Amino acid sequence: MLKKRVAIQDFAAETRLFNHRAVVAMLVVAILFCVIIFNQYQLQIVSYQDYQTRSEGNRIKVMPMAPNRGLIYDRSGILLAENRPVFSLELVPEQIKDMDAVLSALAQLIDITPEQIESFLKHVKAQRRFNSIALKEQLDDTEVAILAANQHRFPGITVEARLSRHYPFGDLFTHALGYIGKINTRELQQLDEDGEAANYAASRDIGKIGLERFYQRELHGTMGYQEVEVNNRGRLIRVLRSVPAVSGQNIHLGLDVGLQLTAQQVLKDQRGAIVAMDPRDGAVLAFYSNPSYDPNLFVHGISSTNYNALLHSRDKPLFNRVTQATYPPASTIKPHLALLGLETNTITPSSKIWDPGYFMLPNVDHRFRDHISWGHGWVDIYTAVMKSCDTFFYELGVKLGIDRISEYMGKMGFGERTGIDIFEESSGIMPSRGWKRARHNQPWYLGDTVPLSIGQSYWTTTPLQLIVATAVILNEGQLATPHLVTAFSDEQNSTFHSPPLQPAIEVVDPNNWQVVRDTMHRTVKDIGGTAHKAFIGASYDAAGKTGTAQLAAIAQDAKYDAKAIDERLRDNAMYIGYAPYDNPSIVIAVALENAGGGGSNAAPIARHMLDYYFTAGVNANE
Amino acid sequence: MNEQFDSSARQSRLALFHIDGPLLLGLMLLMGFGLMILYSASGQNMIMMKAQLIRLGVALAVMVAIAQVKPQTLKRWSLPLFIAGLGLLVAVLLVGHVGKGAQRWLDLGFMKFQPSEVMKLAVPMAVAWFISSHNLPPRLWHLLVGFLMCAIPTLLIAKQPDLGTSILIATAGVFVLFMSGMSWRIIIFVAGVISAFLPVLWIFLMHDYQRQRVLTFLNPESDPLGSGYHIIQSKIAIGSGGLEGKGYLQGTQSQLEFLPERHTDFIFAVVSEEMGLLGVLVLLGVYLFIIARCMFISTQAQENYSKLVAGSFTLTFFVYVFVNIGMVSGLLPVVGVPLPLVSYGGTSMVTLMAAFGVIMSVCTHKRMLATP
Repeated sequence: MLKKRVAIQDFAAETRLFNHRAVVAMLVVAILFCVIIFNQYQLQIVSYQDYQTRSEGNRIKVMPMAPNRGLIYDRSGILLAENRPVFSLELVPEQIKDMDAVLSALAQLIDITPEQIESFLKHVKAQRRFNSIALKEQLDDTEVAILAANQHRFPGITVEARLSRHYPFGDLFTHALGYIGKINTRELQQLDEDGEAANYAASRDIGKIGLERFYQRELHGTMGYQEVEVNNRGRLIRVLRSVPAVSGQNIHLGLDVGLQLTAQQVLKDQRGAIVAMDPRDGAVLAFYSNPSYDPNLFVHGISSTNYNALLHSRDKPLFNRVTQATYPPASTIKPHLALLGLETNTITPSSKIWDPGYFMLPNVDHRFRDHISWGHGWVDIYTAVMKSCDTFFYELGVKLGIDRISEYMGKMGFGERTGIDIFEESSGIMPSRGWKRARHNQPWYLGDTVPLSIGQSYWTTTPLQLIVATAVILNEGQLATPHLVTAFSDEQNSTFHSPPLQPAIEVVDPNNWQVVRDTMHRTVKDIGGTAHKAFIGASYDAAGKTGTAQLAAIAQDAKYDAKAIDERLRDNAMYIGYAPYDNPSIVIAVALENAGGGGSNAAPIARHMLDYYFTAGVNANE
Repeated sequence: MNEQFDSSARQSRLALFHIDGPLLLGLMLLMGFGLMILYSASGQNMIMMKAQLIRLGVALAVMVAIAQVKPQTLKRWSLPLFIAGLGLLVAVLLVGHVGKGAQRWLDLGFMKFQPSEVMKLAVPMAVAWFISSHNLPPRLWHLLVGFLMCAIPTLLIAKQPDLGTSILIATAGVFVLFMSGMSWRIIIFVAGVISAFLPVLWIFLMHDYQRQRVLTFLNPESDPLGSGYHIIQSKIAIGSGGLEGKGYLQGTQSQLEFLPERHTDFIFAVVSEEMGLLGVLVLLGVYLFIIARCMFISTQAQENYSKLVAGSFTLTFFVYVFVNIGMVSGLLPVVGVPLPLVSYGGTSMVTLMAAFGVIMSVCTHKRMLATP
């Protein structure tokens, strides 16, 4: 039956049918080919630009390169802040087969804490597998050697060197230099606002305080970048274009390593500050706050233990005593007040007063005592400064009045920031009627003027302000802006940095200024001067003024007894001075917390500093 | 006169070996083009080039060998081959080798073997054998048997799971039914049934990764780093090629390996990127030439069996080309179908050339029968 039907099949009809289907099929094939071609046209011609851009975006990456941070030198070219390679142990996860085994093997070679491993593993998860990730930073020399010797055992493990800030003198320059640390969110935001963020694409660190912060922009430099071709895993194939980074500018300070060391040695454990400046241009020669701390601790992120120790120390090492501490100036401002007295004709070089050992305001029972309870007798301006007679200045102060004192001292820089090139600075307090009203909501009493006249009560100054104001006397009314940085340099050239002196006070009679300088000269030169003993035998001609700031109120008839009161309430010893007398090249302030009398404690320290300055070091080439 | 003689002499020499000259020319052009692109797409990997050359040689040998077999012999072996293939498919499900989460391979000790490759040939051959043993156009019950012959291996392969291959095999079988003159009403009905079957496929038969591929196809940008990455990078490669291309060996997408599977399934994107639209048109031209030549051969065959098998193989070949290009250029979801004779890879190439061998056999043996 089946065979029969096959026999009578219609070949022609079947062929027609098949051919018909073949034509239909080829038609569909043709249509679908057209679809492909149309789609290719859309992709390759119509959207060509779009895909071309995306293709370039795929393969070209811009890799920023951080500039080298500018170096910091002392006045004779000794490095104070350098960039030196630190070594870190880095692993490339892609090349490591058994991470756990490798980590435990490494832990047997060098010390690796569980925290380091934990943080490392966290980074491994977060980053691409061919990226090198640090397991331990700041390897010491022994660890570097051990790892180098064992490197062949661990493929994918490298010891990487990276430039890192280092302060070779440790705590010697901390309060001036400051330090750098990792850029935090707030700083990043600030950089963004300043339009600087792009320049920091490759930078990890930023100046946190001190000069490192103040001159961040100059020290940082300009980022470079490489345009590189990468493959799909981000691995670099070749460099297409390279724009090198421009290193930050080096900065040169007026500070001197020798002077700083002297300051540190003479202060020992004594809390206080020493600051010295060239009065002719305001270049800071010494800047030391004691106790200090090691800024290197901060560069790689300080441990909380170390930080808490610094923060809660009773001696406040983080506190910058040169520019942030506000001490009562005590008798150190007597020359300044004397100058005001002379210039306003309130007193003359020959006027004398009788000092019975105390001063009384009319119709008031209170006795303002002199530090010599039996009094100095007849006192003129020379004796008053030289022997630091309080009564003379009580009377002068009352005659001058708070308004004139406040205005004149303000012009000398008291109560104002000096504008030194670090941000950590206090303005101190130069009291006035307005200040007292605003601060204490009280009127100014005549009784307030009396202690003010010997630099006590509300008047507070930073040690830096004291030398700035003293330099005004030396410069006859010209105010110098103190500055740590004296020059910038890069590979090609260097520029000097010296803000010009500003006229602050109009000179009425130059002779008055000479008289005041003379009184300070006699304080050192004449037997009986409060700083005389400290400077016996000095090879240079010095001038100065001592001060002893009373911190504890003493009852009317009681006697100050250093041993009887709390050590932290003992007098501050103060000294300001300059040398050489006829052509000053250095003006210095010493402030010692709770050290006692200025003449016996602060002046000898100033002597050490000046001795070094004139014999051993800085001035030798001048 | 001389030339004509030479030409006819060459033709007769080829005919002696049962080789169709134009088809061989098309295939050689395609293989040459493919090797050139592979050199670029493999990153100038000479080891891969060598392996591919050997494969092409083996595949050509298989083609020539099969071309020597008479269509009648092929027809006789169709059903046994089909039954043996079914047996292997069951075997692979029981003892098969698991690779990439799918059970496709049968380890024969000396080589791994994918029975689904056999079925690519066996299914259309068996369906053609059954349909051609009756008058054309087929009756309804012939069609039902034909569909059943497609469905059983399809489901077995889908279970491995290898959805792409199973669909291609079903398509090859259905092409036989289409070419045999299945009425349009039934075609529309079947299309409706398949559409209705799609949700079942989605819910019960597809694996998560397969569903993900389809979802990604619908919106590749939704997951640019995950499963959408392939298709986005591929489109970037194609689009950035422009009219003339970036130049041979100069394709950044492919040379820098942004393009995944660049030497296998996505090799078409390399052609587009480095040779531009012009290169694509040349490649499509070669494919179209081969398809047209094969379809012409099938219409010239004497027996229905030969016509149906050759027609089905031709259309299946086209489907490979279209599905691959469609997936690479974002017209279709990503299914693992290589670009025929261009992509780097083994078994499927041998199968493909075996199919061309069958077509050549159909084409050349006809003449032998016609001339005494």
